[in-house]
Amino acid sequence: MFELLGIPPQALFGQLLLGLINGAFYAMLSLGLAVIFGLLNVINFTHGAQYMMGAFAAWMLLNYLGVPFWGALVIAPVIVAIIGMVIERTLLRRLYNLDHLYGLLLTFGLALIFEGLFRRQYGSSGLPYNNPLPGGTNLGFMFLPNYRAFVVVASLVVCFATWFVIERTKLGSYLRAATERPDLVQAFGIDVPRMITLTYGFGVGLAALAGVLAAPAYQVSPTMGSNLIIVVFAVVVIGGMGSIMGAILTGFGLGVVEGLTKVFYPEASSTVIFVIMAIVLMVKPAGLFGTAK
Amino acid sequence: MRFAAILLAATSLVGIGVAQAADPVPVKIGVLNDQSGLYADLGGPGSVWAAKKAVEDFGAAAKGLKVEVIAADHQNKADVGTSIARKWYDTEGVDVILDTPNSGVALAVSGVTQEKNKVFINSGAATSDLTGKACTPNTVHWTYDTWALANGTGKAIVKTGGDTWFFLTADYAFGHALERDTSKVVVDNGGKVVGSVKVPLNNADFSSFLLQAQSSKAKIIGLANAGGDTINSIKQASEYGIVEGGQKLAGLLIFLTDVHSLGLKTAQGLNLTSAWYWDQTDANRKFADEFAKANGGRRPTMVQAGVYSGVLHYLKAVEALKSAKDGAAVVAEMKKIPTDDPLFGKGEVRADGRHIHPMYLYEVKKPSESKGPWDYYILKATIPANEAFRPLSESDCPLVKKG
Amino acid sequence: MSASTSSSSRAPAGAASGGSSVLTVMGLAAIAVLLVAPFGVYPVFLMKVMCFALFACAFNLMLGYTGLLSFGHAMFFGGSAYITAHTIKVMGFSPELGILAGVAFAAALGFVVGIIAIRRQGIYFAMVTLALAQMFFFFCLQAPFTGGEDGLQSVPRRPLFGFIDITNDVHLYYVVLAIFVIGFLVIYRTIHSPFGQVLKAIRENEPRAISLGYRANQYKLLAFVLSAGLAGLAGSTKVLVFQLASLTDVAWQMSGEVILMTLVGGMGTILGPVVGAAVIVTMQNYLAGLGEWVLVIQGVIFVAAVSLFRRGIVGEVLAIAKYYGSRKAG
Repeated sequence: MFELLGIPPQALFGQLLLGLINGAFYAMLSLGLAVIFGLLNVINFTHGAQYMMGAFAAWMLLNYLGVPFWGALVIAPVIVAIIGMVIERTLLRRLYNLDHLYGLLLTFGLALIFEGLFRRQYGSSGLPYNNPLPGGTNLGFMFLPNYRAFVVVASLVVCFATWFVIERTKLGSYLRAATERPDLVQAFGIDVPRMITLTYGFGVGLAALAGVLAAPAYQVSPTMGSNLIIVVFAVVVIGGMGSIMGAILTGFGLGVVEGLTKVFYPEASSTVIFVIMAIVLMVKPAGLFGTAK
Repeated sequence: MRFAAILLAATSLVGIGVAQAADPVPVKIGVLNDQSGLYADLGGPGSVWAAKKAVEDFGAAAKGLKVEVIAADHQNKADVGTSIARKWYDTEGVDVILDTPNSGVALAVSGVTQEKNKVFINSGAATSDLTGKACTPNTVHWTYDTWALANGTGKAIVKTGGDTWFFLTADYAFGHALERDTSKVVVDNGGKVVGSVKVPLNNADFSSFLLQAQSSKAKIIGLANAGGDTINSIKQASEYGIVEGGQKLAGLLIFLTDVHSLGLKTAQGLNLTSAWYWDQTDANRKFADEFAKANGGRRPTMVQAGVYSGVLHYLKAVEALKSAKDGAAVVAEMKKIPTDDPLFGKGEVRADGRHIHPMYLYEVKKPSESKGPWDYYILKATIPANEAFRPLSESDCPLVKKG
Repeated sequence: MSASTSSSSRAPAGAASGGSSVLTVMGLAAIAVLLVAPFGVYPVFLMKVMCFALFACAFNLMLGYTGLLSFGHAMFFGGSAYITAHTIKVMGFSPELGILAGVAFAAALGFVVGIIAIRRQGIYFAMVTLALAQMFFFFCLQAPFTGGEDGLQSVPRRPLFGFIDITNDVHLYYVVLAIFVIGFLVIYRTIHSPFGQVLKAIRENEPRAISLGYRANQYKLLAFVLSAGLAGLAGSTKVLVFQLASLTDVAWQMSGEVILMTLVGGMGTILGPVVGAAVIVTMQNYLAGLGEWVLVIQGVIFVAAVSLFRRGIVGEVLAIAKYYGSRKAG
């Protein structure tokens, strides 16, 4: 059956596809982290909590206001992004000229607060969220639920749209310029602080969007973010934070690697990404796509 | 420790003397469980309510007992749990600790309880070690354990035709034990285990493992996991159309609250073993109605019912002894008196501290069959008390004399 | 990236070196208080505070004096606890040998992790240590000898060195006090040695320290191993107190807690972590009934500490003392 090397090729295709689905979440989350880090030089530890808040926002929209999944897909990230921007304005902003570690610690504290509040309110066993795209397609080699297919397509679109905006548009060039020389860009008459706020909001929005996408697939639970964020950190370290494309490719790539590990040696599937991280650090400390600073 | 124990015994003797002279017998019950985390819904504040309700229904005051109930949150941390237990026993005069889900915390509290010669009546934890190799003369395990769950689910399902199994096993001691025990039962009853896969804890995505389970063509997919992992695996099984494809899921550790949080649409068709279900007898329904009134409409779980039943039996023993101070003596008395209460019926507490009662196999209803929230289970089979728990002959509890 | 400039410009708040005679007197007074404390306060609680205080001090050696934020110190604390509990309970070691085994393991683990982690600085270092600690957490969860979710229970308190009875909490208290004082003095000596000076130089300006001929990475690695070993000592001692080792000790939340203790007390000050540990453990003790609010309160303290009093309790007190001292002098 599935023992060791006797894996039939069609099963392998199935697992590759599943890996891609997981990779979609890694890619969207590490992309958000990379965008925020690029401009703010802050490692956003709240990212996991914001992913969780995205899922909860979708749940609340459905259960309190009757907004269906497709509406939540747009509204929930906006709500979470606004909360994020308020945090940036009131708390994070005061730390920019300090050591980066303070940004990390502050966002870690915020993550604890959010997780605690949601656990307080909704318990930790999680809440159900119905699948908006039930059913699936039999691809011959596997049964692919429609919703999973949608997740892969949606996240690919979002990732490449982000890449396009940052690398290929004028707005993106301002962003990149502000990353390198905020003072100079400010002198050209661009409102850098506002740009920073919006960028943070955008990164947070990406996390929340990933959360909304996760809601029908996984249980909506207050702890869903804190477990994921550590893996995403490892993904970010492996990819290096130098490039947007790097974050996307590493996310999808590691999703596939993890998926394959689940077939060959499932016991290691929770640690394989960390092992890869250790190896990459030994060989190329700046990460696969990173540039040494 | 010897010295401390003697000192403790001496002070407690003085305590008894004073108590008997003037006042009713003081009893202090501590409910130590998870008030806020993973297990808060299935035990938590509901267990505290159940303990207080038991004291009230027992009519403690009229029988010469002055009972006080306190509670604390162990946060699922063994060190927090033992700290509270030690403080309760050392400085606050607690006589018995109740509930305590989370096997790690339960085993730790059991150790402290023996050291301080108090009583520990566990309802929430799963590990069968509490009455196995870690059994003590001070611990009673009331509601269920891993052996009973594995045995009940495994045996009953094989008998009803589910004779080929594939396991999704949480990759740590608890999951391994559940898989091992269940596999044995399945094989002993003529079934076959066609495969298993070890899944890391807190793994959010089960699709890869479910796909393996699906292609194994096993009739039954056994979920040897707990909490969020169980919920996520059931949810994703529904997404992958596993139940519709003719395979059945068997949850080895599932509580009413888990089914509630999944919703019937996702959980339908699931087989599970439970010690107690609120909608089974009139007495249970009466208890559940009162529980719901006090707990925001929620129905009690088997853990909460077990706390109620355990407190009743404990108070009976204390009443007989006229003292709660010598923990081992109280537990010995609990083992001597047969158990009998409205929720768990007639039974006994065995030499190894195991409370013996029937277990039940349920199937989760289809949404169309349910009359509303909390109406979730159909009774499929009753496992009689004498078959429900690990027989003493297989016990590795040092208290049980072999031969 | 413009990281290199800002990371060197603003290191965590350093200690204001007070008069050493005052410190000696205060230290002796503190020890006197600690000697009689178990007769007034519940000893198990005091022992818990001391274990965490030692853990936080060990952690502070990295953050406060080397400028590296490790987000994975739980693996040394908890890993050592597992080794100590296993060697004592299953292999029948005496407590001192069990502790020794635990500390040796933590130091060795620190060496391996250190080699990997010190390849990156700043937040990358934090993320790498966090990821490696998570990997270790999964290892502990799956390895049979740790007992998985159940942990290791009922670790016996055998006589220390074969003749000191530690089954009594008050006896054990003095043993833990001795371990704490020894660990504390080791850290104190390290900080005030030439080695400690080099560490501070690396923290302030690594390129300059390297240009002066110091092999910064070797110093950092040695500091990391030392910090890991001492964190392990704290974890092993905790095993004696609670007679158990569990997953709680290796989980990432534990790494977060020790950061919080250090931050609240004052990173880069010798007494800060002790004060921070006392504050946080006391808080957890008295707020245990509040459930999830504990998490929220911890988060709020994090945010408040970072936003309002970055120097921590001890750091702020020292700053105030220094301010008034200089006014009087001027």
